[in-house]
This record gives sequence, C-alpha cells and structure tokens, in this order.
Amino acid sequence: MSALDKAYIGYGAGFAGDRPEAAVSLARDLAARRGRRYLIFELLAERTLAEAQLRRRSDPEQGYASRLFRFIEPVLGICLAAGIPIITNGGAANPVAAAKELRRILDARGGQEARIACVLGDDLLDAWHAGLVSARARFPQLDGEVISCNVYSGAESVTQALQEGADVVICGRTADPSLAVGALCHAFRWHADDCARIAVATVAGHLLECCTQVSGGYFADPGRKDVPDPAHPGCPIAEVDAQGGLVITKTAGSGGIVDRRTVKEQLLYEMHDPHAYLTPDVVLDIGCVRLTSLGPDRVGIEGVAGRPRPASLKGIIGIGGRWFGEAEISYAGPGAVERAALAREILLERASELQAGLVPRIDLLGVAGVFNDDRGEWLRHCLARSSTVDDVRLRLAIVDADRQLIEWLLDEVEALYTNGPAGGGGVRRSLVPALRTESFTLPREDLAMSLAWH
Amino acid sequence: MNEAKCEVLLAELAHARAGDKGDILNIGVFVFDPADFDWLSRELSEERLRRHFAHRRPTRIERYPMPTLGGINLVLHGVLEGGVNASAGLDRHGKTLSYHLLSMRLPAPLPR
Repeated sequence: MSALDKAYIGYGAGFAGDRPEAAVSLARDLAARRGRRYLIFELLAERTLAEAQLRRRSDPEQGYASRLFRFIEPVLGICLAAGIPIITNGGAANPVAAAKELRRILDARGGQEARIACVLGDDLLDAWHAGLVSARARFPQLDGEVISCNVYSGAESVTQALQEGADVVICGRTADPSLAVGALCHAFRWHADDCARIAVATVAGHLLECCTQVSGGYFADPGRKDVPDPAHPGCPIAEVDAQGGLVITKTAGSGGIVDRRTVKEQLLYEMHDPHAYLTPDVVLDIGCVRLTSLGPDRVGIEGVAGRPRPASLKGIIGIGGRWFGEAEISYAGPGAVERAALAREILLERASELQAGLVPRIDLLGVAGVFNDDRGEWLRHCLARSSTVDDVRLRLAIVDADRQLIEWLLDEVEALYTNGPAGGGGVRRSLVPALRTESFTLPREDLAMSLAWH
Repeated sequence: MNEAKCEVLLAELAHARAGDKGDILNIGVFVFDPADFDWLSRELSEERLRRHFAHRRPTRIERYPMPTLGGINLVLHGVLEGGVNASAGLDRHGKTLSYHLLSMRLPAPLPR
C-alpha cells in the first residue's frame, strides 16, 4: 500500500486555551506527506457554548471561539497551498460570523481563494425561545435563564462540506470525534452505516480530540513517567488506511511522546462503558482493543468495533442566573494550620449568622484543597493527622443565585484582615456569573443540518 | 517483612488519568507491568474504592476491567459536587482525583 492510499488527520488544538504555535509545525509536517490530509482545531467544551452565546448577544459579529484566528491564521497559507482542509468546531455560537471574519482575513492577504463552509443547524436557541424545538425532545426540569441550546451533531455535514470542495469547514457543536470521522468518510468514501470503519474513525478522533493529551501532554510524572522535551509536546497525527488500519504518531521533530501508556490513558478519557461509547456516528466498543508499539512515537490500534449509531442525539443547554464567588486569605509560619482552622470556624459562624443554615465551602490549600469536599469531611480527616505544613491558604467558595449574599460572604473573608486570627494576609476575591449545563435528547430525524458557503 | 512493607502505594505500580462528564468522574487506571493486572483487578475492589472516595459520596461505582489494556475504567457517579459548571470546588473537573486514587495503599502483590 502506498502513502497515497492513506489519510492523515492532525489535531492542532484540543481546547480553546491550547497553544496556537504547535499547529504550525503540524501543518508543515502534514504538507510534507502525500495522501489525503486534514488539520482539525477542537475548541469547545461543555460550558464554552454558553459563554460564546453571551458574547454573541452583546455583539452579533462575535460568538465564535475568541482565539479562533490565533489558531487558523498562522496555518492558513501552508494549508491552502498544500490543499489541506482546515476543520474546526470553533464557530461555536456563530459560525457565520467566523466565516465572514475569515473572508476579511483572506481579502487582507490579497484575496486568496478559499471555499469556506459553515455547518449550521446544531444551535436550537432561537427555536427554544420560540417554543419550536421538537415536541419529541426530552428536556430535564430547568430553572434559570436558558442561554444556549445545542445538539451534538455528527460527521455527515463535515463530509458533505468537504465533498463539495470546502477548504475550511467551520462548525458549531459538532461532536469532537465527528470532525475526524467527517474527514475520514471524505477521504475513503466510507458510508455512515459502515460501523466497523466509523468505529475506527471515531477512535482516531477520540484519541486526538484533546490534541497533545495523547502525545505526552498531561502525562509527565517525574521518575515514573518521563516525557522528552516536555515544554514542546508535538501535535498528534492519526495515519489511517482504507481498510481501517490506524496508527497514532506525532509531529516530526517535536517534543513529547506517543507510546502505549499515553494512548491507553487517552483511550479511556471521559469514557464510561468502554463497550458502548455513544457518539452521533456510532456506538463504539473498545472492549477488545489491542495496542502495538510500532517504533518510536508510533502506536498501532486494532480490534475496535462499532454498532449502529443511536436513534437519539444528545443536546446541551447552558443556564444562567447563578453566581460563583471565591475569596482567599493566607496564614504562614508557626501555628499556620491552627490559625487557618480558626479562621474557618469564624467564617462558618459568621455565615450562619448571615443566613440560618448557610454553610459555604471552605478549603485549606496546603492541607486539603482539591481533594476536599463541600462538607469539609476530607479537611477534618487531614487536620486530625500530624502535619508539617506551615503555609496555608484558606479558600471560601459558593455558587448561589443570590449575588448580594455572596458579596456579604466575601466581605467576611476580607474582614479577617483586622478581625480574624493573627497574621492573615494576601486576600483575593472574585465574583463571576456561573453557567450551568443540563443535557437533553432529541430524535435524530428531528435535527435539520445545513451548509452555508462564504 | 514488617507490616508496612506488605502495603504498596498504587502510584508505584499504576498510572491513571481522570475525565469528567457532568457530575460523573471516570478514571482509567493501568498497571505499568502487565503481570500486575490480576492483582489490580483483585485488590482495587468496589468496596475499597467506596471507602477511599467516601467523602465525595459516590451514588454508584462501576468498574470495567480492560484486560487488553492492563487497566480498569472506573466510573464514579455523583462525586464531582455538581460537576464543572456547578461545583464550588477549586478543581471543578475533578482532574486531580486521578492522584487521589493513586494515593491508595493496597496489599502488595506477592513476590514473583
């Protein structure tokens, strides 16, 4: 089999806060390969869409991923010259505005030719407000203002856009692995009901959707799991052939590592039942998956299976109306833990005087921080053990609909400056809107997807 | 061999990564040495997991052994205090909880 019979999928970003420059090396690597090549930027998370809708609400020309063009612009020249389609879900709440901005950027570069496709239809917010969402959708009980309403759409629109000649495909809430499935169905003309091959494509997308998390990012544990050149992990690449052979590798010359351990960790990432991982495109079964080391930074994947895609699609609703408040103060030196613990007692007493039964969450960073729980059971367990910690940060946090109540609680942390235990310092506080999400389901045939060209 | 040496820190024999969906945490945990998979399957019991994560009040715990990967997918329901968009915790995803798992002390495997 020659390289021309292969397809290469590279992910240049795995979340909106990823590093833009790694994708430039990836684009150059892809451009040097022969065969079908695709560059994908995955930029959405559960909450991102609600935040994007809020930006769109204040400016109709916004609402796409705010750093979208920091990712796309540096690779645009390389990809257009080499015929590498760029695919992203960074259109978020406003793919059309993203396409218009991309057109402006192309015009500013001398009117470079490019066909830009927007994948539309996943955004049901207007339909929600007009009461026009299918009566067959199953929603949970909702309280608070609905800010976003999207359905995780599948690969077919991406494939269609590529078949119709798109150089750039801008999606909203297309499911993360479906971006890769759409590309591979385009490369090999795989059909949506070819479960075995859609399963392989879905595994490829699943492994790559968090970008460097499969290639040495989020992996290093000195002495146990060491990573070469950990400051520069390279973007991952999936090499796929028409029969469904799959190899995971990474950008040539980059740091990081791809081995069976990195692939295993990412394979189960955010997965529940490994025998039935639901996506819009297939029900994936990796129960018999086999990983083979094929040399440095190359892992082969076999034995994945698929069953026909679910009849219903999953949707996600962003809900506003709540606030997230946090305030912190530090205690250090002799007796730091005891003074911080006393500050906690004082805050709990003051909170119950503000409102009967009010118990804010309080962590003591250095003693019990991220492992702690809302009731402080873990904190009490840790305080009961002897400790040599002498630099502790008290953190009070609360999520509530009552903004004024949160303000008063944060005031109480600040008031510890003059009223609390000795030697407290370094108060910081913040109060931001809290966006919740709830999921819902919609029968597949009730979602109408479409393409718009720019 | 004294008492203390009969226990092993899970982090010495296995590696793990946590992921979140809503209020559900999953942790993929894998032995470094495939020969330890049976030991992991036996000792990392639902009962021990329930005790170790008791302060997060799991409503349900599922274990999916993955023999071909030398690991287990653990799914802990209700432990993220509402999840990334509702929790007041510092690590609202529960990403660091992979290392809470790896801080478990289990009966050491028999010498081979």
